[in-house]
Amino acid sequence: MVDKMPNKMSIVVYSGTVDKLYPVAIMTSGAVAMGTNVELFLTFYGLDAFRKGEPQKNQKMDVNYAELAPMLAKLMKEKNVPSWYDMLKQAKEMGNVKVHACAMTLDLMGMKLEHLDPIVDDVVGAAEFVDNAKQGEITLFL
Amino acid sequence: MTEEQKTVLDARGSFCPGPLMELIRGIRQAKVGELIEVWSSDSGSRRDIPFWVQKAGHQMVGVYEEAGYARFLVKKVK
Repeated sequence: MVDKMPNKMSIVVYSGTVDKLYPVAIMTSGAVAMGTNVELFLTFYGLDAFRKGEPQKNQKMDVNYAELAPMLAKLMKEKNVPSWYDMLKQAKEMGNVKVHACAMTLDLMGMKLEHLDPIVDDVVGAAEFVDNAKQGEITLFL
Repeated sequence: MTEEQKTVLDARGSFCPGPLMELIRGIRQAKVGELIEVWSSDSGSRRDIPFWVQKAGHQMVGVYEEAGYARFLVKKVK
């Protein structure tokens, strides 16, 4: 559909706070809109944010912006901004988005794929993700 | 411009990149030659939508400013 564009965007999703998960969802949506494949690698707090049930109840904000959190939450509710999770789900329905869980973090937390939200596709190691990301032109860390 | 046979997608109140996503969904469901019009109150759409339409090889028929939103009329070319 779209020529001469990077074929892939890879994001290491390290953060588990809503203020960082929004850019993950929005950048993923933008990439999908432009016909770019997306690979998300969930690690540490980013993986914790995808524990079953967690995306629906997560209200955590970066402590540096804690004083802004109630105002932002109010504005988003008033303006009917969809949750980061719904945005990400929509992007995944529309394009080629792969969500990988970090094997090491899962082991550390004593969890398996079945403990994660169904949006997560599989469990991969860092080496595999890096090797895969090498084939794309965009790599982000959030 | 004929007003017939156009599908209107009202994405007003939806935020970036929501209106663009609505348009892409609409284009996918449409047949070649059909007109899709997306309404957006999001300022990002003014750049995003024409940019996407050009990249994706469709035709930007027009952008019409209304009070508090804009209408983007797009023709599916392929």
